[in-house]
Amino acid sequence: MSDEPSPDSDAASDGHGAPAEALCIEGLHKSFGQLEVLRGIDLVMAEHEVVCLIGASGSGKSTLLRCVNLLEPIDAGRIVVGGTEITAPGVHVDRVRQRIGIVFQAFNLFPHLSVIDNVTLAPRRVRKLPRAKAESEAAELLERFGLADKRREVPDRLSGGQQQRVAIVRALAMRPDLLLLDEVTSALDPELVSEVLDVIRGLAAGGMTMLIATHEMGFARDIADRIGFLDEGRILEMGPPREILSDPQEPRTRQFLQRVLDAGRL
Amino acid sequence: MTVQRAARRRGRDTRAVRSSVIALASCIVVFGGLTWIVVNAPGWPEVQTSFLNAQVFWDTLPGLLDAFIINIQLFVTAEVLVLIFGLALAVMRSLHGPVFLPIRVLSNAYTDLFRAVPGVLVIFILGFGIPGLGLIDPKTDQRLFGILALTLVYAAYVAEVYRAGIESIHPSQDAAARSLGLSRLQSLRHVVIPQAVRRVVPPLLNDFIGLQKDTVLVSFIGVVEIFRYSQIASAATFNFTPYVAVGLVFVVITVPLIHLVDWLAKRGFGSGATPSGAVR
Repeated sequence: MSDEPSPDSDAASDGHGAPAEALCIEGLHKSFGQLEVLRGIDLVMAEHEVVCLIGASGSGKSTLLRCVNLLEPIDAGRIVVGGTEITAPGVHVDRVRQRIGIVFQAFNLFPHLSVIDNVTLAPRRVRKLPRAKAESEAAELLERFGLADKRREVPDRLSGGQQQRVAIVRALAMRPDLLLLDEVTSALDPELVSEVLDVIRGLAAGGMTMLIATHEMGFARDIADRIGFLDEGRILEMGPPREILSDPQEPRTRQFLQRVLDAGRL
Repeated sequence: MTVQRAARRRGRDTRAVRSSVIALASCIVVFGGLTWIVVNAPGWPEVQTSFLNAQVFWDTLPGLLDAFIINIQLFVTAEVLVLIFGLALAVMRSLHGPVFLPIRVLSNAYTDLFRAVPGVLVIFILGFGIPGLGLIDPKTDQRLFGILALTLVYAAYVAEVYRAGIESIHPSQDAAARSLGLSRLQSLRHVVIPQAVRRVVPPLLNDFIGLQKDTVLVSFIGVVEIFRYSQIASAATFNFTPYVAVGLVFVVITVPLIHLVDWLAKRGFGSGATPSGAVR
């Protein structure tokens, strides 16, 4: 996939008529000081699609996800979510973020709040649900993910896998149109990885649109509609899992997969 | 085996007894020695009658305690105001973004100024300056100026304590809150500040200990609180015992607070519950 010059014309911005793509990224650039982390990312995702991003540490996967959630301001390009350009000036950032959930590698649960309060904080303060309504919705979600008996616990008393599932529930409680998962199993003990991956498989089966940065190649092959290989801030190659993982065209992709294979992760 | 264990226990017991005996002996030597030196000093009888007069102590104590109620009024009111005003200052200082620069500058200048100026000067300037303007009733209770001055000074210290707490919360906590759609202020209010406050309870109480003692400075603008009362009592009895009594009153009220701080610090306040997996 090659860099296309980002069209700066306003004409394409609203995309009315045709069913909107879930996510459309054009010519995204992002630098931290001198370091250019993203060098022109183009990516289009359909609704209900699951895209996995693979690539070495430092290739820009996490930064890309943080940009899509506007946690990092971007330097150039545009991001359109559900037909709305979220990088346009004057966009209501808080309202954009309500529609885009993100789950972090380190969970980032609120340690001073119980599980149920972690989950209901945003629905109550942002969606303005009354406490009872927010709690019954949250209880339903926790039940679905096998956390019903943990609702009064504080996060520190849960296992890593449980914490990460709570973090997923917390993101889902805002009913996002798009869910971003940033290496959500990387901080987990090996025996806890599968319980989190199972949850994500369930979400994919339910039709959730997801953009997933991951090191779990087997998982990516199972779950992804497409896999993108990120290298030095560019999407070097993108396609169905079988193509990318079994028959990569780019030498860099082959190198990367060979290293993963050598490490016994595939 | 049981013989060996019994022998070990005997050894432990002997060592414990021996170290207790040594501790006791060393205390007796040090404190006994100091007492002996003071009591045998040439001026001791005079000092004893003018500083440690039991008769004067019991005669003035009720009046001192009455006057101490004023000190309590001063520090309780000031503490409540300091908690609110200090937090407001800290929040002003932690607003990011170029738009808020003037607010940050103002709040910085404020904390610099009021930590630099001796508290007693602030009390003087407000206590005599504001009535001097002629804008308000000259009979306005001087206690109000005392409370105002103590609040202004200690809010500067407490703002710094709060700010340290706010900055100690890992940015990933704010990111998590903002990613859910919470606004900057909602994230501060519901996620950052609750965790920050928990961490700074011990240093906050330390500042309150200072504030409580500084209430005696309000005597300089004519408020008859415990220190001013002791001066009057001392002049009336030609005896310094009332001052010692004031010292005792402050010890009785402050020492428990000091130990509360230590106890809270031990219970995990101050170190703070670390955000689960704070590294990113």
